[in-house]
Amino acid sequence: MLKLGVPSKGRLMEQTFDWFGARGVTMRQTGAEREYAGAVDGFDGIDLVLLSAGEIARELAAGRIHLGVTGSDLVRDKLADWETQVAELAPLGFGHADLIIAVPAAWVDVETVDDLDAAAAAFRATHGFRLRIATKYHRLVREFLTDREVADYQLVDSQGATEGSVKNLTAEAIADITSSGATLRDNHLKMLTDSVIHASQATLFRSLTADWTQAGPILGALTRKLGL
Amino acid sequence: MTPAIRAEADRLFAAFQAAGAVAIDTDILQPAEILLDLYGEDIRARAYTTHDPLRGEMMLRPDFTVPVVQAHMAHGADPARYCYCGEVFRKQQHRGNRASEYLQVGFEVFDRRSPEAADAEVFSLFSNLLADLNLRAATGDIGILMAAVRGLSTTEARKSALLRHIWRPRRFRALLDRFSGRAPANRDTLLARLRQPAGAAPLVGLRDEAEIAARTQALLADADTPALCAPEAALLYDLLTLQAPAAAALAHLRGIQPLLPAIAPAVDRFAARLDALSARGIDVVTLPFEASHGRTTLEYYDGFVFSFHGLPDMPPVASGGRYDALTAVLGAGASIPAIGGVIRPALVAALREAMSC
Repeated sequence: MLKLGVPSKGRLMEQTFDWFGARGVTMRQTGAEREYAGAVDGFDGIDLVLLSAGEIARELAAGRIHLGVTGSDLVRDKLADWETQVAELAPLGFGHADLIIAVPAAWVDVETVDDLDAAAAAFRATHGFRLRIATKYHRLVREFLTDREVADYQLVDSQGATEGSVKNLTAEAIADITSSGATLRDNHLKMLTDSVIHASQATLFRSLTADWTQAGPILGALTRKLGL
Repeated sequence: MTPAIRAEADRLFAAFQAAGAVAIDTDILQPAEILLDLYGEDIRARAYTTHDPLRGEMMLRPDFTVPVVQAHMAHGADPARYCYCGEVFRKQQHRGNRASEYLQVGFEVFDRRSPEAADAEVFSLFSNLLADLNLRAATGDIGILMAAVRGLSTTEARKSALLRHIWRPRRFRALLDRFSGRAPANRDTLLARLRQPAGAAPLVGLRDEAEIAARTQALLADADTPALCAPEAALLYDLLTLQAPAAAALAHLRGIQPLLPAIAPAVDRFAARLDALSARGIDVVTLPFEASHGRTTLEYYDGFVFSFHGLPDMPPVASGGRYDALTAVLGAGASIPAIGGVIRPALVAALREAMSC
């Protein structure tokens, strides 16, 4: 059997089902509506596993699933040296979101990452601690800021409602995913003009660590069926 | 850890004690706060962090220098020489053969009398202990670059911006390009908006109106600041790329000194160091020197820096440098000239094994 992990709920699950369905591989939830069990029609040999999008990255890396659909941002953030653990089979064209850095819209003096760096220096001198950036994407944000040699900042963890952390005084800036920018505007934030850290979309990944001895031929048939 | 590595560590540790250092030990669990404040997010990516229910966030010792400096500043003799031998822990973010736990044997000198003599003492001690390994030495002096920046005829704001990024080569270069007019600032729309402020969005967060106004003023003032004069900018670019045997580098620096008199004290110190190194039998005619050596994100070196390199895919076998400013940061008002370095016995043992094959 080939184990295929897909998002277990919400719009990401529906769009994943639609994407495979359009290519003749029909997925459906089995059992009760809230039960995380699924089945595939129109293709033999696939064991459908419903998981949260974040866990799909980890399960791929651990080799417990052969294929998985998850955001390209999650794979890059959760896995060290992600290219050595998983490979991209196909971008799926939905679930688009950009990981960006945002600051209060009232900061008229800050437009770019360079400005943020300079503001962080002054902030640290004034307040005695490093300017705080709230995020749940620690690896991606740190790598981005290290690459641009930004100093005097610190990351603080925020697993949800990150846009509110500035108003709540737990951070001075945020790094989060945004698709329309509406949540940023509603929270009086603006995106730094040069701060797209990663343009994410739902992607079909292949595990490089899983045991492919039996699943390999099934993958061949599946990629032909999907037209990859 | 193999017996060969342990034996090498013991040999180096004994040699440091024979050279007059007092053995010192530090806790493996270190409070994270001071390390995070010093190194920022870089250390979070590299150090193992754990949470203690009573002591808060703790780190597995990523290096000895900070706790040794803290111990010295709290109750050290003056002058003092310390040595240590123990594990340090570094997370590796990439696959490969880099160790995440390894022994370091280190030597640190706190001495006000003659910093250049102490520089030479530490370098020659390391050089002699590693002499049979055919290592490639590298030396530098970040103090010359810092003196050159301090001596520029421009605003204090521009000098502090350059000094703040002296350890970050690309950002330093970008600032220098902008200040010298080589790269456009691309700030026209921002500056126009700052000159004619429109209705601002509601302010959220801790950074207040006064801070925004202060930086706005700084940006407008900087826009009116003339570019660095061409000869000064050229000298700074020249320094960034200066790479020559130490004696030739000194001759070169003596040559440009009249054009940038502010570097004279730093060049004098460089000359005194070379004399002290010669007196200890180091051949300064062949000793490699790079003015930019040691510019990394671990931003505490502020003078002489050195390293010894083995195989190309290996981290440095030994490295060290002067960190006078760090003693002030950790000294609660006090400070003392200090220099130190570490050797990685596992790499020494690996090189010996490779040589014996």
